[in-house]
Amino acid sequence: MAKTVQFEIKRQASPDAPAVWEKFELEWRPGMNVISAMMEIAANPVTADGRATTPITYDSNCLEEICGSCAMRINGKARMACSSLVDNLEQPIKVEPLSKFPLVRDLQVDRSVLFENLMRVKAWVPVDGTYDLGSGPRVFPQQQEANYPLSNCISCTCCMEVCPQFNEDTNFVGAATIAQVKLFNNHPTGKVFKEERLRALAGDGGVQECGFAQNCVEVCPKQIPLTNAISDVSRDVTIQVVKDFLRG
Amino acid sequence: MAGPRIIVVGGGLAGLAAVIKIAEAGGNVDLFSIVPVKRSHSVCAQGGINAAKNLKGEGDTTDKHFDDTIYGGDFLANQTPVKAMCEAAPGIIDLLDRMGVPFNRTPEGLLDFRRFGGTLYHRTAFAGATTGQQLLYALDEQVRRYEADGKVKKYEGWEFLSAVIDSKGTARGITALNLRSMELRAFPAEAIILATGGIGAIFGKSTNSVVCTGSAQSAVFQQGAYYANGEFIQVHPTAIPGEDKLRLMSESARGEGGRVWVPRTPGDKRPIKQIPESERFYFLEEWYPKYGNLVPRDIATRAIHKVVYENHLGIDGQPMVYLDLTHIDRETLNRKLEGILEIYEKFVGDDPREIPMKIFPGMHYTMGGLWVDFNQMTNIPGIFAAGECEYQYHGANRLGANSLVSCIFGGFRSGPNALAYAKSQTAAEGDGGVAAEIARQTEINNKLLKNEGTENPFKLWRELGETMSKHATVVRYNKGLKEADQKIVELQDRFKKVNLSDKSQWANTSFAFARQLDNMLELSRVVVHGAILRDESRGAHYKPDFPDRNDEKFLKTTKAGFAGQIAGPKLEFEEVDIQFIKPRPRRYDATK
Repeated sequence: MAKTVQFEIKRQASPDAPAVWEKFELEWRPGMNVISAMMEIAANPVTADGRATTPITYDSNCLEEICGSCAMRINGKARMACSSLVDNLEQPIKVEPLSKFPLVRDLQVDRSVLFENLMRVKAWVPVDGTYDLGSGPRVFPQQQEANYPLSNCISCTCCMEVCPQFNEDTNFVGAATIAQVKLFNNHPTGKVFKEERLRALAGDGGVQECGFAQNCVEVCPKQIPLTNAISDVSRDVTIQVVKDFLRG
Repeated sequence: MAGPRIIVVGGGLAGLAAVIKIAEAGGNVDLFSIVPVKRSHSVCAQGGINAAKNLKGEGDTTDKHFDDTIYGGDFLANQTPVKAMCEAAPGIIDLLDRMGVPFNRTPEGLLDFRRFGGTLYHRTAFAGATTGQQLLYALDEQVRRYEADGKVKKYEGWEFLSAVIDSKGTARGITALNLRSMELRAFPAEAIILATGGIGAIFGKSTNSVVCTGSAQSAVFQQGAYYANGEFIQVHPTAIPGEDKLRLMSESARGEGGRVWVPRTPGDKRPIKQIPESERFYFLEEWYPKYGNLVPRDIATRAIHKVVYENHLGIDGQPMVYLDLTHIDRETLNRKLEGILEIYEKFVGDDPREIPMKIFPGMHYTMGGLWVDFNQMTNIPGIFAAGECEYQYHGANRLGANSLVSCIFGGFRSGPNALAYAKSQTAAEGDGGVAAEIARQTEINNKLLKNEGTENPFKLWRELGETMSKHATVVRYNKGLKEADQKIVELQDRFKKVNLSDKSQWANTSFAFARQLDNMLELSRVVVHGAILRDESRGAHYKPDFPDRNDEKFLKTTKAGFAGQIAGPKLEFEEVDIQFIKPRPRRYDATK
């Protein structure tokens, strides 16, 4: 038989169903990634021991690591399945769903908490309207270069998955949301909500829940300076809390 | 009485732009999307967005943008809407800037612009090489703001199945499938905007995202909507071939000075850097001295095909050519192109700052789409369309960086038009056709789940993709196109014997995919039939047997109507609006 690739994939038919591991043996192809392997399984849903099974349910869309859909745990590490090239992975390649989010089915989880958090911190620039009001504020290249990396966050939630503080006990919002607070507080118009955003990150589940494990910045597929953002926002939150206290 | 309800299907740039305009005008919107809207395919756009802001002292004007777009599209686009788009573009850039898009800047703090294909002006605003992502996020943020205000309700994880059409032929809502619970439900609305993007999946592998199947367009086509210019498919000259998809390598790589070449000697075995300049064939620069590497995409794609398949000069005999950035300093590359260079590095393994990239053309965009009038409404009253899923702005070939502007402009137009239409409507008679449509969809679903055949939908899809890519992309022959049509008919027949390996009623992706595939097959025939009928070469549509443009016979919009699966698409021609710019020969090897 031609060169093959071994996969072990954690399956769960529904949130209440028991989890089982299924093994697959696929023909190796150059440039293969975890997504193309799952496409192959969909076209031929048979396990390594020859048993018929179902195609795997997982989220994916762009397959270029820019939409943030296909985050999962591959060989124990939270990462994007599309940019996980088979040749760079130890076999058998073990694939599991992210563990910190409600499971839907197989490798699909519900990550809507991130979008709810973004709403909570008003992660937007409050423009007056979409009618023509002339050009925007001047922004020097240095400032653009500082903000652009923060704006590259693809909402994959890998930073939340690997954070020891992101759990039901703390309700921590996680690094991604905090970085967006920094981004919008830096914007000449966006900063009008700066105080509200900082207050939203004070108290339970806020920025002070961060335990400085630094896992987030290591796992981020877009190399966003997350720990810097957390330090900066943490400082601003502290100042805001003191100000609010003094104002009574 | 509550205001009218509008449904927007699709949460890419066009859909979100429409939502924002409706919410701003006080309307209420239900927004449907297969994926969370922030993960829509618009994120994949890389290079930039065109607007004649003339911030480089070149004397650029919106008229020149208009002319470049019409000329680039080989005169097939109706000129009135294109003119309006080009005139609106500078205001759209300003708005995006105000919304916080981190556009690259000049030292003075103004917007920076780069050059793109098919123009001689610096007209493309950009945010690194992830412009689509940045634009989508800006609109996503504004929509979240309206969502917080209760103006917008999102239905993420719901897939559009069909329009609900009343006894008078007016659309009264949609049916949609919940992709987790598999619940089928009807949603009433006074107007519907489809912003459902591209159709890449009918070609198997393309630069498109997984959700770009064209399923929604095909569904309403089968319900009576016209589909226009389906045969015009853009094949992007520079993509990275992959196992799961073809990844785009942005035109901005050439906009920033990237050069396309092959060794002059077939099978040259020397390391790349040891091949002297004189032995490198910069074929685009030689053949098109004025535009060089920035000829429009159809021209560059055909040139690469010629070099590979006629001159047999592909690298190592393979269908690949070099796209070379190594003469540009690392700092500039990182500042302007980092996003795309990272993609190449991650998926291929080589550093494109050191080693020229190996690229080949890949299916990228459909110029054709749902037929709409100048108000963005299809021929089914109450159904509007905006973005890549409609046909209006790009003629026979789209210029790079015009897609983002056309999506936002189309969205901005369709929103207020849909709202005005909705306000003018009286209530539907009875249930407006809901019960009948739910019954029709239930029957389709049940049949699919109970089928006891032997066919696997994912395998059928692969066969479709191979046929379409082989016969209906860069070079087309009537014989091959007819073969493709026969193959599609065969696949439609085999589809009736699809046996889903998953018959469960929870997050069943095979089921959702099979429904899409059925629609993909029907839409593929529209593409193929349009191509068969058009015996000329124009823009992206190239037939060696008919190498010239034939304005007398084919300066016409192709309109396809549905006449039942057995009869196939029924085609007719419609006059093109050419009131502003008189058609002239399109030649990039000479001054236009």
